[in-house]
Amino acid sequence: MLQTKKISSVELTSHFLQRIDQNRELNAFITVDAETALANARQADISLNDKSGDLLTGLPLALKDIFCTRGMLTSCGSRMLANFTSPYDATVTERLNAAGSVLLGKTNMDEFAMGSSNESSYFGPVLNPWNVDCVPGGSSGGSAAAVSARLCPATVGTDTGGSIRQPAAFCGLTGLKPSYGRISRYGMVAFASSLDQAGPITQSAEDAALLLQAMAGFDPRDSTSLDIEVPDFLPALKTSLDGVTVGVAASFLDSTLDPDVLAGIEEALRTFENLGARLVDIELPNSSAGIPCYYVIALAEASSNLSRFDGVRYGHRAEQYDDLMDMYEQSRAEGFGDEVKRRILIGTYALSAGYYDAYYLKAQKIRRIIADDFRNAFQRCDLIAAPTTPTTAFRLSEKVDDPVAMYLNDIFTVPVNLAGLPAVSIPVGLDQAAMPIGMQLIGPYLEESRILAAAHSYQQVTPWHQRIPEAFT
Amino acid sequence: MAWESVIGLEVHVQLQTRSKIFSSAATAYGAQPNTQACAVDIALPGVLPVMNHQVALMAVKFGLATGATVNCRSIFARKNYFYPDLPKGYQISQYELPIVSGGQLAIDSGNGEKIIRITRAHLEEDAGKSLHDEFDGLSGIDLNRAGTPLLEVVSEPDLRSPLEAVTYLRKLHSLVRYLEICDGNMQEGSFRCDANVSIRPYGADTLGTRTELKNINSFRFVEKAIQQEIQRQIELIEDGGQVVQETRLYDPLADETRPMRGKEEAHDYRYFPDPDLPPLIIEQAELEKVRDTLPELPDARRERFVHQYQLTPADADQLTSDREIADFFETTADAAGGDSRSAANWINGELMARLNRDNRPIGENRITPKALGALICRINDQTISGKIAKDIFSALWEGEHDVDGIIDARGLRQISDSDALEQVIEEVLGRCVEQATQFRDGQEKVLGYLVGQVMKATKGKANPQAVNAILRQKLSP
Repeated sequence: MLQTKKISSVELTSHFLQRIDQNRELNAFITVDAETALANARQADISLNDKSGDLLTGLPLALKDIFCTRGMLTSCGSRMLANFTSPYDATVTERLNAAGSVLLGKTNMDEFAMGSSNESSYFGPVLNPWNVDCVPGGSSGGSAAAVSARLCPATVGTDTGGSIRQPAAFCGLTGLKPSYGRISRYGMVAFASSLDQAGPITQSAEDAALLLQAMAGFDPRDSTSLDIEVPDFLPALKTSLDGVTVGVAASFLDSTLDPDVLAGIEEALRTFENLGARLVDIELPNSSAGIPCYYVIALAEASSNLSRFDGVRYGHRAEQYDDLMDMYEQSRAEGFGDEVKRRILIGTYALSAGYYDAYYLKAQKIRRIIADDFRNAFQRCDLIAAPTTPTTAFRLSEKVDDPVAMYLNDIFTVPVNLAGLPAVSIPVGLDQAAMPIGMQLIGPYLEESRILAAAHSYQQVTPWHQRIPEAFT
Repeated sequence: MAWESVIGLEVHVQLQTRSKIFSSAATAYGAQPNTQACAVDIALPGVLPVMNHQVALMAVKFGLATGATVNCRSIFARKNYFYPDLPKGYQISQYELPIVSGGQLAIDSGNGEKIIRITRAHLEEDAGKSLHDEFDGLSGIDLNRAGTPLLEVVSEPDLRSPLEAVTYLRKLHSLVRYLEICDGNMQEGSFRCDANVSIRPYGADTLGTRTELKNINSFRFVEKAIQQEIQRQIELIEDGGQVVQETRLYDPLADETRPMRGKEEAHDYRYFPDPDLPPLIIEQAELEKVRDTLPELPDARRERFVHQYQLTPADADQLTSDREIADFFETTADAAGGDSRSAANWINGELMARLNRDNRPIGENRITPKALGALICRINDQTISGKIAKDIFSALWEGEHDVDGIIDARGLRQISDSDALEQVIEEVLGRCVEQATQFRDGQEKVLGYLVGQVMKATKGKANPQAVNAILRQKLSP
């Protein structure tokens, strides 16, 4: 629409800024910078007029508040960084800017991306646009709520154990976690370095492919980013599902799954068959070990990654303290919320002398076994279909006091991160309470094209990705 | 009881790369605080380390030079602890899989060669500096040094005396400078030593409890600190006490070691592999390439000097302890028409004395090997006397470089011509009748006085051998 000049970037940007303003009660945004956004939109319109535009020129976007943005608050949902304005841009920020997009602002999130409900944010919980008594999911909850309520066309989140896919599922959106290493982590505040990966939350697989294209590629500033050629994701979307084998693990569809979710997944699988796909049974025998394995590795890494927040050079520093040790303790006690503290403690414990072998080393072994399970499964199928979450969005504060129940929400998503694989969650229906159901398509390493093409084929014949929560149409 | 001391050294060798180990900030010493600390060094949220491969190649060079195993795959780990000059709250180091393991260094133990085993050498980043004196009641942090590459060289507890320890340390110092991987500047902290010290009864095969002496910044202090610590431990045990495993600091003013307070409580560093850095891979081809760049090492060079230049082992040792001095010597010997012994004498004597006096490295002296060689040639062809040569040497030290020019301009050419000398000698003998008689009466010593008078009369230019011969001839009965 922008390129055909049906609408200008300024008009589009103003429209979304207005919607953001009208829907503050969702609490989807931490920072909105209307002035800069409009200035950039005007620049974009000039480029569009003289046809010097790029892939995303004029497209308004929002970023999870975990990506460093020069001159703009980057809080990571924490009191610790509530005063932190980054002096530099993350690679993701840089590339989206270079592609011409217009940054509307930064979206709310669980503190340091630690949570599955967006309730651990220092800036307060985000409401689910489909039902404001429900959580939007987490940790990229603000990002998902913003797209779902059409406060912006698309956002970029991060996924360490499901933080893109789970909120996308809860909010009826398409959420892509690319292969580990596909998008640079430089400038993304680290939670668990070996698992974190940025990705788009969008209204369709096509939009996801577009944003992935803009962000993917080697970055010399991130030693874990992949130095390989980036495929053309958009043309690849047209690949048909005809003859594609879709692996389904019976253990993922057992009686513990919410019946509405199960029904939604089964219906979606039938649609895949109608599109020419062939379903095959696969086994992922060790994925039940995923949650404990994930929580050891992720929290061990997090306990170390969050050490830099000490109040010495930037971030929150306590007003009063007795000595150096007290300054650390007070600053961190005040700066971090309960969930972050809980995770730092668990991670520190897992790395402690005498426990390291039993926890961290064992978890690494399980991680390899889980990755092997996927490798074996992909001998028999082209991609794997699975529920994204065991239930649809739960109610606010329902699980706040039960961390383990909260962690178990990630049971289907974390094995994918442990194996470093790409996966996309797509909406496949509504439950009886009219809340969205998500299904994830998991691909072999680096096969984003394959899962996006499958998602796209599905979205060509189904209406779910176009559904907007009634209050926000 | 007779006690044996057991010492192992951990030496932090600062690798002389232009940029840091995990960032592109400069490593130059002495800049204004925090002007050489980039986003990565100050550990802003979201930044990531990227390995400077030059650093790895320097470690490889060290591994090859010490006959060690260079591990083609090594792992970076995080060492977690809180300190204000440690911006990330962890130091990136190597723990389980270091880049170099199992090397050795031969030292002269006083009664023959002794092999000191090197357990490992691993790469790590340096921390910043806390500044406690500059601000009243506050501490400052300078992060310029944060991220400077270090190679930590850990020896086995093979050293048995403070002297052996310092000999090993000097040897290591010489080696890293030969390899051009470290500037060796101890004042600036480019070469720092921690010593693990314990004692045990002679003949015991178990080790005693050790203490660690931290950050000793000169060769002299290393020897004294270890000496004091051994003495302290002996007195402690002989008084019925026990050595406590702890970290101690050496106070050079009081010449004693003291326990380090505060920082070092029983730490659990919670090492784990750094997920931000892939394994460090050294390809075989790369290794061979580094091997090709290895210079002749000090031991081999010393052997060659003894044979090729007919030097005493002591002279050869002194000349080869520093690569630049050895290079200086070889060029000088060449310019001196092959008179290597004179070259060695001038360098080990006059030149070293002046360098030591002014505390200057050889690279900062103004005498060129070519000029020193020319000077030796002029002595050997009897153009000048040894005494005059010392004056010319002084002129060279002050920055002149044309030896022949100096000789001509100042008329320093030695007088060997017997006609000219005879005239002066006649004149001297005319004045010194008494001494001449004494000599004729058999007082040999008087000849020196007469030669001196001739030298004085010619302002040192007379050829002493010629004067000697003529005098003897004239005074013979």
